[in-house]
Amino acid sequence: MSFTFRKDEAKGVVVLGVDGQLIVGNRHELKQKVLDALDDGERKFLIDFASTGYIDSSGLGVLVSLSKKIREVNGELRLAGLNDDLRTLFELTKLDSLFAINESAEEALAAF
Amino acid sequence: MRLSVRRSEPPPPEASDRQIEISLRVPTDLEVVEEAVDLVARHCLASGIPPRAARFRLRVALCEALSNAIVYGNRMDPAKRVDVSVVVTDTAVSVQVRDEGDGFDPSEIPDPTRPDRLEMSEGRGLFLIRQLVDEVRFNERGNSICMILHRA
Repeated sequence: MSFTFRKDEAKGVVVLGVDGQLIVGNRHELKQKVLDALDDGERKFLIDFASTGYIDSSGLGVLVSLSKKIREVNGELRLAGLNDDLRTLFELTKLDSLFAINESAEEALAAF
Repeated sequence: MRLSVRRSEPPPPEASDRQIEISLRVPTDLEVVEEAVDLVARHCLASGIPPRAARFRLRVALCEALSNAIVYGNRMDPAKRVDVSVVVTDTAVSVQVRDEGDGFDPSEIPDPTRPDRLEMSEGRGLFLIRQLVDEVRFNERGNSICMILHRA
């Protein structure tokens, strides 16, 4: 499992990709990447789950806490690339109501 | 981690169907959760349970049960272990996760989908397990959870 990190200069969006799992063992790494970028002045974030296997409740929890932090500084967070299984997790926990979710990273970028 | 797999194929005359048992002793370490989940899921897949159930529902549910056992059960004490035992039959997959903690009362866990709890960063583990598997049972002490996925 690993995270990819790039900046879409045209839109000024930090794009993070979750390759593998977002779970209890690696969630802090994702959180720290976003917090560091916030410290550097970044305000727009896209997390792409197109290459993600599964997410656990700790992973969902980190997304909730990041969403709060980004909102507090008037930033914007979008999620994209959720397959049916992953989307079900957001629906079951009603977190789909808390996040801006797009089908694909391209669609999400266009929406910023 | 110590994994042992016992297969009983073809079925003994007194058994109604074939049965595969997998047991795994997991250290109290959050870093090994993913590997333990993969190991169990791979053996379940090899036993022929539907790939989607093994790939997703089983993985997420087992991941939750293991982290709960490590964090809340064993309270991160490296001297303690978590025991996982899986029984795959023709009709169901049953996964039991037991820690060495004092147990808890599952009825005391609040609904994480309540509007006032929606933005909390914790408290969704047991809820997800209940949503993803067909049956959930606890022992009386509350330190062992049994999760059952029907194969039908």
